[in-house]
Amino acid sequence: MAIDPTLRSATISVLVENEPGILARVVGLFSGRGYNIDSLTVAPVEDGRNRSRINIVTSGTDMIIQQIKAQLDRLVPVHRVSDLSMEGPHIAREMALIKVIGTGDKRVEALRLAEAFRARVVDATTESFIFEMTGATDKLDAFLDLMRPLGLAEVSRTGVAAIARGTRII
Amino acid sequence: MSQSQTAPQETTQPEMQAGAEVLLRALKDQGVEVIFGYPGGAVLPIYDAIFQQNAIRHILVRHEQAAVHAAEGYARSTGRVGCVLVTSGPGATNAVTGLVDALMDSIPIVCLTGQVPTHLIGNDAFQEADTTGITRPATKHNYLVKRSEDLARVVHEAFYVAKSGRPGPVVIDLPKDILINKAPYTPAPPATALHRSYRPNLIPDGGQIAKAVAALKSAKRPMIYTGGGVINSGQGASDALIKLVRKTGFPITNTLMGLGAYPSNDPQFLGMLGMHGTYEANLAMHGCDVMLNIGARFDDRVTGRLNAFSPDSRKIHIDIDRSSINKNVPVEIPIVADAGLAIEALLAAWDAEPVQVDTAALAKWWQQIDTWRGLDCLKYTQDHAKGAIIKPQYAIQRLYDLTRETGRETFISTEVGQHQMWAAQYFRFDQPKHWMTSGGLGTMGYGLPAAMGVQVAHPDALCIDIAGEASILMNIQEMSTLAQYRLPVKVFILNNQYMGMVRQWQELLHGSRYSESYTAALPDFVKLADSFHGVGLRATSVDQLDDVIREMIASDRPVIADICVDQKENCFPMIPSGAAHNEMILGAEHGNRAPGVTDDGMALV
Repeated sequence: MAIDPTLRSATISVLVENEPGILARVVGLFSGRGYNIDSLTVAPVEDGRNRSRINIVTSGTDMIIQQIKAQLDRLVPVHRVSDLSMEGPHIAREMALIKVIGTGDKRVEALRLAEAFRARVVDATTESFIFEMTGATDKLDAFLDLMRPLGLAEVSRTGVAAIARGTRII
Repeated sequence: MSQSQTAPQETTQPEMQAGAEVLLRALKDQGVEVIFGYPGGAVLPIYDAIFQQNAIRHILVRHEQAAVHAAEGYARSTGRVGCVLVTSGPGATNAVTGLVDALMDSIPIVCLTGQVPTHLIGNDAFQEADTTGITRPATKHNYLVKRSEDLARVVHEAFYVAKSGRPGPVVIDLPKDILINKAPYTPAPPATALHRSYRPNLIPDGGQIAKAVAALKSAKRPMIYTGGGVINSGQGASDALIKLVRKTGFPITNTLMGLGAYPSNDPQFLGMLGMHGTYEANLAMHGCDVMLNIGARFDDRVTGRLNAFSPDSRKIHIDIDRSSINKNVPVEIPIVADAGLAIEALLAAWDAEPVQVDTAALAKWWQQIDTWRGLDCLKYTQDHAKGAIIKPQYAIQRLYDLTRETGRETFISTEVGQHQMWAAQYFRFDQPKHWMTSGGLGTMGYGLPAAMGVQVAHPDALCIDIAGEASILMNIQEMSTLAQYRLPVKVFILNNQYMGMVRQWQELLHGSRYSESYTAALPDFVKLADSFHGVGLRATSVDQLDDVIREMIASDRPVIADICVDQKENCFPMIPSGAAHNEMILGAEHGNRAPGVTDDGMALV
């Protein structure tokens, strides 16, 4: 069998036991084995079973992505591992808080673009806005590119939260 | 999950005991008979509890690394979980090398580490170390017990994790207050209860087994390659493997970790494969058209250059660890299962499948293999004149012959280096679990403590550490442990005064510039044995060798046999780093046939 050298991006959701050190285990696995982490989110999922969900966006050849899945799956506190990007359609969203500082035309333009992108103004002064924006990673990237010449000062992004479409659950 | 639905409700509070008592009770329930350990401040409550009971024996080592290696030897020779007890801080950090060794070679270990009291954790207290942080990548799993009510459950779970699926080391970090405070005892969950998240698959998929059998029956040049997974699966797996190999008539090779799973004197056995494997095993791997890998992980020491590894074969890979599959080598038919169960399934499916093997093609394949075998790649010349220098290969061969003559059960451990490879090549193993070596991590200093652990488990057996004079010095202090417990381990040193494998690589790859690989001022090993209450023997010429080996075997005390061997001897055959199986270097007997080493290969380890 030949190795397919094409790199692809993968969004992997991991359901883990919510216990101390679990995030270090997952992150340590990625750094120790030289895998990429493009984005990572983690929070408890309140299902009464003491579990957390970790969403990781990573990239690599298909062989590497399969390895990442298998390596995650053999961690003792890991319940389920799902490569959402391979297992059917999924929704991936991230949220960003974006601070833009400026006055005059640039300020007006920033607000106009924010409306077009459906970003909400959550804080404003005479010289600044903070926009809250939720969307796919590339939509956030596009908005940030537009804000850069308009006084983009600071960004705080959450990283990707993802879930499969339809009735499928991990 | 359906655990405890029918179990009666607990009506009484569980019995409360000191944490250390609860710990020992849980260990007893898990069948622990021996702990290898070293005391210290943080684990004094456990030592106090050990003092007051007789069910569990404690072996006091002289260094924590040796405690883990001893537990590895114990575990590998018995198939049980090895148990280690060390103190906080330096106790735990000293154990780390042993833990990684056990991780790489899939040895089940539970290592109890002391920790400063919970309220001091994070304050840089005396002998505090972030043990769970340090050992996270060094273990299969680790625990820090922060609540007394978790203690018994964690101990039971640790044993389950250590021995289930692909075995490995587990650390339980135990703060001192948890050991002193009262804790409830909870018994081990029944074997049928499912762990909440860790449930390795053992049963092979029927469809994959059928595909594997179809591929094997279609083979014209088949090859079976098995590793430590068959040993870990137990005696039944080795028995089934022998049946499978005999039934199919296929050639078989073993990895370093897999030696003993198949009897090495059997004509279907081609010897070990890999960097220092035999010519016939490596060329058969290179030339086969269907490869069956059972419980081996396509390690770089086995595959050589990956893009030239067995280029024309369809590959079947049986492994209990899904992450071993397609890690280094893409395979066509993966089977995630226990090695023993998978071999049984292959045997059953083989009989059920009506297609017959192409016997003419198989006979032709064996002819080819016999031609390779005819080269006699392990040939060496021993001068038998009085006073002649001993060849290291001959020393191992005589050790094998003379131990066999005694008919005693013999366990061999090794350190790491040339002597290890010669032991793998020239000592012949007929049973699983009788060969302990540090394969994955390559830990110098492994052999003596490992032999010690084996001897504890098998008091009447002959336990021999085949060593080099450099490696043995890395855990030589354990001679003191041998004396204390009257463990008659034999240390058989192939002494060439060099770190032989380092010197060999310097000769082949670095212009014979022997940078720091010669040990000046070695100890007098005979006197050293004497000072550790053992017996010291020495052979400097071939005529003394047999007498020294006989005396060593006959002794009921620990023995160091210092065998002064040819300093210049190198270990062949050898596939240099970055080379393919068919680019092997042969020894002087074959005119040092060599393809040379590439620049890319120089960069590899």
